[in-house]
Amino acid sequence: MLAFTIRRLLLAVPTLVVIGLVVFLLLDMAPGDPLADQPLTIPPEVREEMRRALGLDQPSWVRFGLWLYQFFVVEPQVAVDHLFGTSFSEGKARVISWQFKQPVMDIIAQRLPQTLWVVGSAYVVGVLIAIPIGIVSAVRQYSVLDQIGTFVSMVGFSVPTFFTGVLLIVVFSVNLGWFPSIYDTQLQVTDWGSFLQQLRQMALPVFVLALFNAAQISRYMRASMLDNLSQDYVRTARAKGMDERTVVLRHVLRNSMIPVVTVIALGVPSVFGGAIITEQVFKVNGLGQLLITAINANDLPMVQTLTFIFAVLIVLFNLIADVLYGVLDPRIRYD
Amino acid sequence: MPEGAPSALPIPPVLEVRDLRTVFRTRAGDVHAVNGVSFAVREGELLGVVGESGSGKSVTMMSLLGLLPSPPAEVSGGPVRFEGKDLLQAGPEELRAVRGGRIGFVFQDPMTSLNPVFTVGFQIMEPLRKHLGMGKRQARARAAELLALVGIPDAGRRLDDYPHQFSGGMRQRVMIAIALACEPRVLIADEPTTALDVTIQAQILELMAELRQRLGMAVVWITHDLGVIAGIADRVLVMYGGQVVEHAPVEALFANPRHPYTRALLTTVPRVRGERVKRLHVIEGQPPILEAHPDACTFRDRCPHAFDVCHRLNPQRYPVGEDHDAACFLNDPGLAPPRPSLEVVHG
Repeated sequence: MLAFTIRRLLLAVPTLVVIGLVVFLLLDMAPGDPLADQPLTIPPEVREEMRRALGLDQPSWVRFGLWLYQFFVVEPQVAVDHLFGTSFSEGKARVISWQFKQPVMDIIAQRLPQTLWVVGSAYVVGVLIAIPIGIVSAVRQYSVLDQIGTFVSMVGFSVPTFFTGVLLIVVFSVNLGWFPSIYDTQLQVTDWGSFLQQLRQMALPVFVLALFNAAQISRYMRASMLDNLSQDYVRTARAKGMDERTVVLRHVLRNSMIPVVTVIALGVPSVFGGAIITEQVFKVNGLGQLLITAINANDLPMVQTLTFIFAVLIVLFNLIADVLYGVLDPRIRYD
Repeated sequence: MPEGAPSALPIPPVLEVRDLRTVFRTRAGDVHAVNGVSFAVREGELLGVVGESGSGKSVTMMSLLGLLPSPPAEVSGGPVRFEGKDLLQAGPEELRAVRGGRIGFVFQDPMTSLNPVFTVGFQIMEPLRKHLGMGKRQARARAAELLALVGIPDAGRRLDDYPHQFSGGMRQRVMIAIALACEPRVLIADEPTTALDVTIQAQILELMAELRQRLGMAVVWITHDLGVIAGIADRVLVMYGGQVVEHAPVEALFANPRHPYTRALLTTVPRVRGERVKRLHVIEGQPPILEAHPDACTFRDRCPHAFDVCHRLNPQRYPVGEDHDAACFLNDPGLAPPRPSLEVVHG
């Protein structure tokens, strides 16, 4: 297993370099000018000077090489300096956002907590409610509970989040006034009061996203459980005199989790990608919102870096899914 | 067959089934899978149950222990007497104590009957811990003994292996070890060798014969292989259309079959010696799918001897010899059979 993991990690390096290059070339070839939002009164020679300052006069392979160096060498050094108070990165240029004129990673570090709080907890909540629903729906197939679960899943999956989000805002913020409709990023959690406030402002976006996630995962869970409930080994377990609880929660569940865990692991990168629409609806300025504004502003280093980070996460969680698969299913061995 | 079959009733039955009925209530309509089956299994004997696919053999045995999903299955009739209880009236907890504890079950396909994600040791220890209340270490020691008992070499170390690390024959041995774990009074084996090739089948049969002798339990052996039955059974039930059509000690069944279905079954067994037949014998037609409790002989459409009564009445089981009965009107002295041709056909 260890050898497999190392081999896969090594293989991931060329994959990621190619992904980085493709993203870079796509952005480079895309129409648009990062200086488009500057006043038209700026004389052409000044404009040219500004372009040079951004490094836009260099050929693309130089700019790509520079980005690679900054991302893989300078930024880790900054992180190490930040953690241990060393000074490896002193005087070295970092990846700078064109719209904020600040290092890209600093902005990402500011935005990441919002995304993790809202989208991350929505994913966790979604998984935690999806698994029991899936189990119950399968064990009591065609019962009232199963019908309700199926209906809620269908609604959750087919109604877009911009609709459920706005609907919830109208009902719970405007009419009932229970929850705020706007997520306050400035809120610092220092005591019970602010913690409760944080929970209240998270409630609506988390609910919207959790419903969507749970809808999908509970369907997988139900299908996987049903698949396993009719297997011969279930009959064997019953013939051994095991009670239903043991049969379902030990024998069937363990087998049913194998494909579902893969689905869950593969869904984690999308958490970091942020939920662009939900973040917009609730004014959560997370990573999804950051990416959208960066694209609008032609902030190529920001778009390049964010896209690349998502690519890294996707590759990483693919690997994690494969490893988990091997851990859960003894028939799968990677040596 | 080691010695003569137990002839009379003095040996008390361990499991006695009377008038068992199972109906599957499906959306497409009812299917009457078991229609008034009665039989008894005596202490230490091996009762063979034969019949083609769909004759209700497996469903009968699963009905006894409540192993059929309900709905759609609906089990009625009875009683099913076992150790002083009626299993059909027993509560779920009582039934679970019998399953795996007092009555062991071995299923047909060893490739899928074991849980792929748990070790073989864990799966053998489960009933030990549940029914006998053993601790982990004690159960493990016993599991190793059981694996050794069913002839798995290096048993102690193989406890930590997963089912996929065993071959088909070895897995069936594991299944037998699980079924034997709590030293049951009765072992029900549902076509345990059908999915295995002949040499492995021979090994399993030998193992079963040996274990039976050593442990002295009664065995119900479901199969559609008459060759297997001839080799191991003491008594035989022949089932058709969810009913017992003939019941006899094994020699009587082979020497003097009294039901046309039994005789038809016997002619389908290919012979190794003598002149080779051009084509294998088959029984024309399909076993019936009964949508209602049968009110006529279920075999009439495929029976060469069928006469008018067969279409009107469902035959009872007529006693035709010692411990031998057959559900066919040809055995009714009151009804004159049109063709009194009940000698053995093959030879």
